[in-house]
Amino acid sequence: MTLPLQTRSAEVRLQGVGKRYGQIQAVKPLDLVIEGGTLVTLLGPSGCGKTTLLRLIAGLEQATEGQLFIGGRDVTLLPAGERNVSMVFQSYALFPHMSVLDNVAYGLVSSGLRKREAHVRAEATLEVVGLKGFGTRLPSEMSGGQQQRVAVARALVLEPEVLLFDEPLSNLDARLRRSMREEIRALQQRLGLTVVYVTHDQAEALAVSDKIVVMRNAEIAQVGTPEELYTQPNSVFVATFMGEANHIRGRIEAVEDGVARVALDALRIDLPARGMAPGEVDIVVRPEAVRIGPDGQGGMLPATVSRATYMGSHTEYYFATPVGDLFSLGADRLARRMVGDAIGLHFDPEGVVLVRP
Amino acid sequence: MKARPMRFAGSTLFFWTLAAIGTALVPWHMQQDGLSAGGLMALGQQDPEAASALWQAMAHGRFWFWPVVACLVLALPGALPAATASRRAGFLLAGGGLGLAAIVAQGLAIGVMGWSFPWLETTFGELGDRQFGIGLGACMAFIGCLVMLTDGLALRGLFRGDRFVSGAVGLLVASIVIFTAWPVLTMLSQMFTPRGDLGVGAALADRLFDRKIWGLACLGSSVNCGVFWNTLALATSTATAATILGLCFALIVTRTAFPAKRAMRLLTVLPIITPPFVIGLGLILIFGRSGVVNQLVEATFGVQLGRWIYGFDGVFLAQVFSFTPTAFLVLIGVVEGISPTMEEASQTLRASKMRTFRSVTLPLMIPGLANAWLVVFVESLADFGNPIVLGGSYGVLSTEIFFAVVGAQQDFGRAAVLAGIMLVVGLCAFLLQRAVVGRRSYVSVTGKGDAGLQQTLPRPVKIVAFAVAIPWAILTVTVYCMALAGAFVRVWGRDWTPTLSHFRRAFAIEWAPDGRMLFSGGAWHSLFTTIELAATAAPITASIGLLAAWVLTRQRFVGRTALEFSLMLTFAVPGTVIGVAYILTYNIPPLEITGTAMILIACFVFRNLPVGVRSGVAAMSQLDKSLDEAAITLRASTFRALTTIVLPLLKPAIVTALVYSFVRAMTTVSAVIFLVSAEYEMATVFIINRVINGDYGLAIAYCAVLIVLMMTAIGLINLLVGRRKLGRRVAAAPAALPVGGRA
Ligand SMILES: Nc1ncnc2c1ncn2[C@@H]1O[C@H](COP(=O)(O)OP(=O)(O)O)[C@@H](O)[C@H]1O
Ligand SMILES: [Mg+2]
Repeated sequence: MTLPLQTRSAEVRLQGVGKRYGQIQAVKPLDLVIEGGTLVTLLGPSGCGKTTLLRLIAGLEQATEGQLFIGGRDVTLLPAGERNVSMVFQSYALFPHMSVLDNVAYGLVSSGLRKREAHVRAEATLEVVGLKGFGTRLPSEMSGGQQQRVAVARALVLEPEVLLFDEPLSNLDARLRRSMREEIRALQQRLGLTVVYVTHDQAEALAVSDKIVVMRNAEIAQVGTPEELYTQPNSVFVATFMGEANHIRGRIEAVEDGVARVALDALRIDLPARGMAPGEVDIVVRPEAVRIGPDGQGGMLPATVSRATYMGSHTEYYFATPVGDLFSLGADRLARRMVGDAIGLHFDPEGVVLVRP
Repeated sequence: MKARPMRFAGSTLFFWTLAAIGTALVPWHMQQDGLSAGGLMALGQQDPEAASALWQAMAHGRFWFWPVVACLVLALPGALPAATASRRAGFLLAGGGLGLAAIVAQGLAIGVMGWSFPWLETTFGELGDRQFGIGLGACMAFIGCLVMLTDGLALRGLFRGDRFVSGAVGLLVASIVIFTAWPVLTMLSQMFTPRGDLGVGAALADRLFDRKIWGLACLGSSVNCGVFWNTLALATSTATAATILGLCFALIVTRTAFPAKRAMRLLTVLPIITPPFVIGLGLILIFGRSGVVNQLVEATFGVQLGRWIYGFDGVFLAQVFSFTPTAFLVLIGVVEGISPTMEEASQTLRASKMRTFRSVTLPLMIPGLANAWLVVFVESLADFGNPIVLGGSYGVLSTEIFFAVVGAQQDFGRAAVLAGIMLVVGLCAFLLQRAVVGRRSYVSVTGKGDAGLQQTLPRPVKIVAFAVAIPWAILTVTVYCMALAGAFVRVWGRDWTPTLSHFRRAFAIEWAPDGRMLFSGGAWHSLFTTIELAATAAPITASIGLLAAWVLTRQRFVGRTALEFSLMLTFAVPGTVIGVAYILTYNIPPLEITGTAMILIACFVFRNLPVGVRSGVAAMSQLDKSLDEAAITLRASTFRALTTIVLPLLKPAIVTALVYSFVRAMTTVSAVIFLVSAEYEMATVFIINRVINGDYGLAIAYCAVLIVLMMTAIGLINLLVGRRKLGRRVAAAPAALPVGGRA
């Protein structure tokens, strides 16, 4: 199938880019490369500067420090209209007084295209997002998901080098969110677009991204593929943000051939050392990696069941242990435990990561 | 994507050309007999006054135009698209900035008597030449240089590099400076003019510490106090009374099931459509010497009630009638803004209704009440119509200023001192108001109250509210009816024969022998002038107001807060002050527009700008900001985003701003009274002159016509714009209206 759109994805490179509003440092100077043709999400809690970073790339804000390159061109001082990027807004920002077709054609007309030609191309782009024949409607006459697609079409039609999304799915209901994110991902891969995607939902980020940039307090906490971030977080913050996790502290007793022997009370586990030396260490344990050992066996982490919630397919437990409280999912493959039971715990090394304290 | 085609119109080169034509080709000065098509080509004119600046410098030895010419030459490389941005910026900043300075400096330095300042004469010797006010050429050059300067700033990266925003801010700043700051400062400087054999300091002290201003004689005897105390006493009592009345109305309308609530709300429209003397006239017709009450009392008891209505009591009464609706309007918002959940919380904590009202509702309303009080205080301070009609010997600042200017002594120094005092009081009230309303900026004041069910009033409060408000509402209606009835009887108090003769005298239409209509009534001329000028001013007011609102709400740049603050400050200048300031500033070069339509239009525009700004801000804050941002990321220029996205979505606000600035221009009197001329007479001034001559019938007939006209105008917008679009809540529509600064 031939696509009516040319794609001209470009790499985005940020060198020491930062933004300050008076006293507030909304984005601390940071370096980041977004490769062409990939989908990169900016993930982080509310207020950490994701939107600001996205708007810096869009040109809606001007960086107070650093330089920004798109496709190798220095665009730091260029206004939004001259950057060859498009943006899909959280509220979609469809022009309510214009038909869907006029909305999609708006950017083309702004760029100096004749209206008729603009309409032909807008029509073709609407077809790409599956909205053929909806051109004469007003945005208010469409459903949330359809409006979202119009917003995508309106951004796509300009054949941008970079497409930006600011929490595009936050106005949709849960089910639609799931299918729209698949659609956006499919479209990005089909057209080979460079996409920067802002979200605060880690599940969404894991599902769509080639790479995730986790942000915290106006800084980048970690950059990596979804798997890297999940399995090898470099901080407790990233680990807990990427999925449910227990955070406890332990000691590395010895390191040998890149394997660390970690002591947690009576329990000993061998884990990838990730370059750490013996001493205190932060340990992140996924709830699904907590296991209840056979009764009476030694060398376990002694624990008491402090709460047990039956969830049908599994039971959620809270354990009190000498190293702190632990939360677990489906720890009892064998038998259900009751509150107050004294047991021993061990961990599946797959779900345990050492993090530099 | 194709590069946008470079257009000439609107480019920097366009504005350079504008400035160049203004300097080289068209007459620099204002032409006495207007500008003819032939006179437009002013290069090579014999008469220096009709020549262009370049020609005046070349052929008539007016060396002071050479700097202007030089600056334009300097700016040219910056206007050509060839050079790099930073080099262009340098040329534009230097050429445009110095050009502006040169234009202003020559205008201020050289007037009709040669050098304008003695120190220039002592430095450079006698000039032996002179010049009159600036005209078309100078305006073109000024605008050209201004835009070159702002373009230079944008090229330097200010205003996010946006030429349009930079130009808009430049325009706003220039117009605030030219039409508010400069006149006010000029007026204030008049305080220091020496008088007789008194020096500067002595003259100022003599004027400033005048017993007629500060005297406290009234405390001991029956003599009047100084005007300052009179004004303060009047404003304080009016504000207090109107706030209490307004609160009663607001409580009834928002917190009871009173069946005539909607009719009550109509009361809020009254101050907007009422010409300023209707209430005063109504009171005279009721309580005046030949008023209804006086006649009845005299006929029944044989007692003469006398002239008590002329003085403090009358003005106070009239002002309370006039401004209660204003307080009402402010307080509706306040009462509705109180979150019902607070009161509900109090009641769940076992507080009685009365206790809830006293300990929760009332304290929450205090900032709002204080705000309403200050709004009325300022209105009373600036009011001119009521005191002039009813004041008698009870002088207040606004009327004293008027008599200082038009009276036999023509003492501008005194007028300036009085206006200065008024300005200080007005600004204090304004600063207090800002403190009371909180640190919320002007832009964010338009918040919405919580949704939810409003609590009903406790019984005692309800009884008091009704007992106060209902009689007052009836009285208000009576005063209006009486006032209007006066238009239909021959001579009020003496000859009660019903007649339409007043209307005939004012608005007679005759047919000339050749079949043309002749508007032979005495009022037609001023009515047409008023409508024409108000209609000219309205679109200008709306455009500048909306532009200001857009810049303030949507743009972030260095100095935005300062711009916002100075704009608000100009709104706080009382009308009388503006009137005096305008005649003092604009009756001499460089901007000699006294006696023209221009001065009236400028006055309307800058007096009514709050309407435009406020309705713009209110509408803009309901418009998702990402809409304009979306347009910008879609390659639209800022100007295109504004015209294709923001303006179409602001249509209701635009129409509202248009109509209300039109209507307010028609009812304003305090500033305008100083600025009218025989050619440009305004309806309100015509009316006041009839009142002063005791011709109440005609005055009232005219007022009636104005009221009908303005109700039609307001009715039309409601039809055109529709209520739905103005906001969900009924109160949303009037809330967008300006409050304060009407007089
Ligand atoms: N226009 C602004 N003026 C001042 N501070 C701002 C502005 N925009 C954002 N901020 C601040 O910058 C920080 C980051 O905001 P934002 O990028 O919107 O966060 P996120 O999108 O991650 O929730 C916040 O602390 C916010 O208060
Ligand atoms: Mg955000």
